[in-house]
Amino acid sequence: MTTKKSKLFYFIPYSMWILLFVIAPILLIIYQSFFDVSGHFTFANYQTYFSSGTYLQMTISSVWYAFLITLFTFLVSYPTAYLLSKTKHKQLWLLLIILPTWINLLLKAYAFIGIFSSNGNVNGFLEFIGIGSKQILFTDVSFLFVATYIEIPFMILPIFNAVEEINPSYISASTDLGANAWQTFRRVIFPLTLNGVKSGVQAVFIPSLSLFMLTRLIGGNRVITLGTAIEQHFLVTQNWGMGSTIGVVLIAAMVIIMLLTGEKKKRGRKMK
Amino acid sequence: MPNQSIITFKDVVKEYDDQPILNHVDFEIEKGKFYTLLGPSGCGKTTILRLIAGFTDATSGEIYLDGKKVNDIPANKRKVNTVFQDYALFPHMNVFDNVAFGLSIKKMAQQKIVEKVKEVLKMVQLSGYENREISEMSGGQRQRVAIARALANEPEVLLLDEPLSALDLKLRTEMQYELRALQRRLGITFIFVTHDQEEALAMSDEIFVINKGHIVQSGTPVDIYDEPINRFVADFIGESNIVKGNMMDDYRVKFVGKEFECVDAGMRENEAVEIVLRPEDLEITAVEKGKLKVKVDTQLFRGVHYEIVCSDTDQNEWVIHSTKKAKIGAEVGLYFNPEDIHVMRFNETEEEFDARLEAYEEE
Repeated sequence: MTTKKSKLFYFIPYSMWILLFVIAPILLIIYQSFFDVSGHFTFANYQTYFSSGTYLQMTISSVWYAFLITLFTFLVSYPTAYLLSKTKHKQLWLLLIILPTWINLLLKAYAFIGIFSSNGNVNGFLEFIGIGSKQILFTDVSFLFVATYIEIPFMILPIFNAVEEINPSYISASTDLGANAWQTFRRVIFPLTLNGVKSGVQAVFIPSLSLFMLTRLIGGNRVITLGTAIEQHFLVTQNWGMGSTIGVVLIAAMVIIMLLTGEKKKRGRKMK
Repeated sequence: MPNQSIITFKDVVKEYDDQPILNHVDFEIEKGKFYTLLGPSGCGKTTILRLIAGFTDATSGEIYLDGKKVNDIPANKRKVNTVFQDYALFPHMNVFDNVAFGLSIKKMAQQKIVEKVKEVLKMVQLSGYENREISEMSGGQRQRVAIARALANEPEVLLLDEPLSALDLKLRTEMQYELRALQRRLGITFIFVTHDQEEALAMSDEIFVINKGHIVQSGTPVDIYDEPINRFVADFIGESNIVKGNMMDDYRVKFVGKEFECVDAGMRENEAVEIVLRPEDLEITAVEKGKLKVKVDTQLFRGVHYEIVCSDTDQNEWVIHSTKKAKIGAEVGLYFNPEDIHVMRFNETEEEFDARLEAYEEE
């Protein structure tokens, strides 16, 4: 009886946290989304969202950019994580990759403004090799570049862990059975790291959906995502209802992504 | 004779970080026999297996597979297959896909693959388990899947790396019979790595006893058990009583202060030697009938026999296996026959040992 009580006691901080910082805000957002600017109950926010071209376009653009960021992050992270697990001092290399995540996002964004600006390092280099100065900051490319750079550690970590978890004898076994390096990768290593990839996709795609600071600082508001829209509604137009509605849509999108990339029941149980 | 051998090691050395694992190993393995590499952990037996499979490269020396030098041939191009200690079954595939892996790599037609998988699963008595997940199989069943997966590729040599060590005693004994029967039926070469001497004695045609990167002795189980070449082999294979002695003359040996008749010869006069007496060759009898007089110290019931530990007046310990109970504290006699005494010379190599044996047996 006492152990049960003490177990419940330990559960208090966690449940308080969940209640105050997860459940309550979500309920508040949902509640808020049913009110218009003047504080009257309405469904108009949702109606506006799903009927106006602007919001839908914003949604599509958010999903599209999040997709591109996730794709580029994956393309960089998978080979990196894989090669990292083969190096001698992998913990050191891993630390070096994690290190930038300890630095504030805003600081990194400002650093990139300096690097990409018209008299920054990149343009200096371009001029040096004779290509000449280019507009780099406030373009889609620079936005995707910086967003990808920021998300890379969050993709590398789960993939690295998945690669590390692979029993080396699986690879020996695959070679033993006649598979070459590529066949071994495609049929054994990649499928066994798929869960790491899924976790990585979750960790990158979902935050990318609501990126807003980078869109302004690096993308120069040329890239408008749902995150930007929420910020604008809350801080500029003061239309909290509309902002909350977009928030609800984002939460729904996150749940969908979680369900899509979540672990599926293993196949093959159907036959006995 | 060279045509008969399917694997040949010529002066093979393997070093890891300048630490020698294998020291100038030479051997030949004949087609269609059951070989066991037996030795304590860290002796290099698994390294030999990995060299044959191609998972690791020899530092120097030559390895021949079926007459062809394979030092530079990668593992996936060698006609050998391995059953791994931890089975290494792919967890993301079911039994069928695991067994079919090698065949699908070879781009065999689907219909043929299905037939072949069915055939090998039947061989290991797992018919009908095709759609099971690996996680749903017991340890013994996984073992069989691993064997089936290796056999599906029709290797000329099957390498088994301590495959029975994770199984419980009863299942292990059962698998020993099955593996032996399977090898006889298929007629291919099995190379089995183990540290379990009973397993080695029970299953093999030939045993290589390995210690510290050397093949200490090779031969049939009976040869190795009856004629261990040195203290290490005598101690490692079976239990033994080992005492120091001196060779007085051919067929005369002196130990524990007495002279005995024996069947060994070909040594220098008065040469210092070691004597092996197997516990089951010693017989407890009345003091006056025995060749040695000992006192019973302890007794342990082992199921099939009693393990009786005695000591003589020189404080030598004598272990005896007997189906009859002894009385603790009693003075008893130990009787043994001349042929039960096995004499081992110090630092004798296998070649010298064989040559000596041949020389005096011809007389």
